[in-house]
Amino acid sequence: MLEVSERQAIGDDLEQPARWSRKDLLDTDTLTVAEIDLIMETAEAMREVRARPISKVATLRGATVVTLFYEQSTRTRASFEVAAKALGADVVNLTASGSSVEKGESLIDTVRTLEAVGADLVVMRHGHSGAPYLAARNTTAGVINGGDGTHAHPTQALLDLFTMRRRLGSLDGRKVVIVGDVLHSRVARSNVWTLLASGAEVVLCGPATLLPRSLESHGERGSCTVSANFDQAIEDADVVMALRIQKERQASGLIPSLREYISGYQVNGTRLERAKPGALVMHPGPMNEGIEIAPEVAHGVTSVIEEQVANGVAVRMAVLYLMATARVQ
Amino acid sequence: MTGQLLIAGGRVIDPANGVDGKLDVLIEGGAVAAVGAALSAPGARRVDAHGCIVTPGFIDLHAHLREPGFEQKGTIATETLAALRGGFTTVCAMPNTMPAPDSAPVVAALLERIARDAVVRVLPIGCVTRRREGHELADLAELAAAGCIAFSDDGSPVADGRLMRNALALAGAVGLPISEHSDDPVLNGDGVMHEGRVSERLGLAGQPAAAEIAAIARNIALCETTGGRLHIAHVSTARSVELVADAKARGLAVTCEVTPSHLLLTEDAVFGPGPEPAYDTNARINPPLRTEADRRALLRGVNDGVIDAIATDHAPHAREDKLCEFDFAAPGISCFETALGSIGLVVSRGELDFARALAALTSGPVRVFGLAARVPGIGTLSVGARDVVVFDPEARWTVDVARFASKGKNSPLQGHGLCGEIRAVVAGGRLAFAPEAVHA
Repeated sequence: MLEVSERQAIGDDLEQPARWSRKDLLDTDTLTVAEIDLIMETAEAMREVRARPISKVATLRGATVVTLFYEQSTRTRASFEVAAKALGADVVNLTASGSSVEKGESLIDTVRTLEAVGADLVVMRHGHSGAPYLAARNTTAGVINGGDGTHAHPTQALLDLFTMRRRLGSLDGRKVVIVGDVLHSRVARSNVWTLLASGAEVVLCGPATLLPRSLESHGERGSCTVSANFDQAIEDADVVMALRIQKERQASGLIPSLREYISGYQVNGTRLERAKPGALVMHPGPMNEGIEIAPEVAHGVTSVIEEQVANGVAVRMAVLYLMATARVQ
Repeated sequence: MTGQLLIAGGRVIDPANGVDGKLDVLIEGGAVAAVGAALSAPGARRVDAHGCIVTPGFIDLHAHLREPGFEQKGTIATETLAALRGGFTTVCAMPNTMPAPDSAPVVAALLERIARDAVVRVLPIGCVTRRREGHELADLAELAAAGCIAFSDDGSPVADGRLMRNALALAGAVGLPISEHSDDPVLNGDGVMHEGRVSERLGLAGQPAAAEIAAIARNIALCETTGGRLHIAHVSTARSVELVADAKARGLAVTCEVTPSHLLLTEDAVFGPGPEPAYDTNARINPPLRTEADRRALLRGVNDGVIDAIATDHAPHAREDKLCEFDFAAPGISCFETALGSIGLVVSRGELDFARALAALTSGPVRVFGLAARVPGIGTLSVGARDVVVFDPEARWTVDVARFASKGKNSPLQGHGLCGEIRAVVAGGRLAFAPEAVHA
């Protein structure tokens, strides 16, 4: 059972009535502005916890968080593990080599087993889009999507938003350019929904073969613009977010060469001059320095890439806290 | 059954004979004996057809019965019962079985099973290539002699254009059509749904409309070159219909079919009705459900008569084939038992012409596969015809897959309201299905 008696330990910021009622966090597309704000406020409190000399609380003592990763990941998994442990939860790490089909055990069997052994929250990464939805429908455990195929990566989008807000304040009217392999990017998709909800102007940019023709929300959140001309798209940008380019895209003929990609879409010093002065440079990692992003920019004064990583822990603490707390209530 | 059966009081629509009126149908000695106003048949069993439509039994040019080889998904017994309950009295069985009917002995064994287990007429479609692998042609003349009514490699398009050209020529020489799932596998890549708005939203690999359009254009060109007979299976894009219309206008022996699923549903069925995506694996079919503009064009195709037949592509699957990640889900919909209700629903919305739809279920398919020469009276209510269906076009009902006779419970229509329900079916001259309509 979870203990919430130590909510005080987190600080007075959380004394507001809890508004989180979702069992799962699968994407950012259906999050309301109020829910996004709640996560942001909670993450701010978690940041303060992390800044303390003893940066750990026992809020989630007795809760079991399982990380179930069907795909390789060091960053996301480590971030969730640190976050869960900082809240006092027990963490079990499971790596499924290959797909559930290759393993011979279905995804549904796996999550039901985890539920039966007492998992409260399952953080799941899977190579196939939609897999966490299947898992979530078939377990009473809370499911957090840690990245599914080319679909969604909600905690990445939330930590990106948190990082932008801390630097820029309100994103209303701010121009955010996301450049790279947008079509295959779960990071870009989830970012679109939080950014549109925050009132930002979103431009998706990349080679024509790696762009969606449009990306529309299912509800009334609007849509973003799409451009294959990065030099034009970056003009007056407040934020430039580079995405990782997979080398396989060249092998499959989607881009002629990395050389051609670099010449058209690399985030570098020359291009950044076209953006607003002091425009933030972001990257979800891991970076291919010298390919989608020039090293001098990745480590330049306006780069917030390391902040993204640090904020990731606070945001994931917030998500784990809100979800675990909602389960008790 | 040698006694008399009178189907009385219904609206008889017999597209092949241009009949539409309030008439009775008398079955005697296992065949239609008379169609006329207020027929008198003292002592006959009666089917009260008031408020109902009475038509020839439906003919399905494209269905998967799964036997032999995939009996966990369906058997000839279970799936023909499902066909019967859906009003289909003739079913053309696709050859994606194990073994596949690529030689006369396999066809002979299949016909034995059909004779033993089928409750409606089943006509086998033979393979175009050995094991449906697309490398060497099957012995097409031998398959024709063994009883195949058409050729198809079904879900595996004949990618090699030269092989397809030869197949069309050889099949044409024995007078049979090739029913081709026209698609370009290279363009489709790893695609699992229509490439467009919803696939981009869901992060699923897309199947571009161009893959189907390009393959249809190639196959029509090969049909013209060879003088063969080409039937395009389950067209799904607007441009596909235009290509077929153009081929017909030029006098080529090109026909096509559409599924009830593509007439009713779009790519949005994969997303589902809720605010969060459902990734509904039951809406995964091949060719994929496409856009609303495509759906409208397909409806127009039936209304204009460009589309010759409505065929179900009935594809039952076991539970585990669909209860998995979308990328791993087997494509296909269990469609026999929802076909009429789906068609009725689009008719009730004013999107589909009722008479055209009935022609596409009866006289149209007969023409496509040249069935009249094989089965006297098929697809008509002429004297001697043996298949009749009676349905209530206004009956509203809700799909409950648990009630399907089919082993395949895989339907994206679970819980949906449909319009049009089967009341009685005469199959092979016998009153084979009549849940409540019979009176002594």
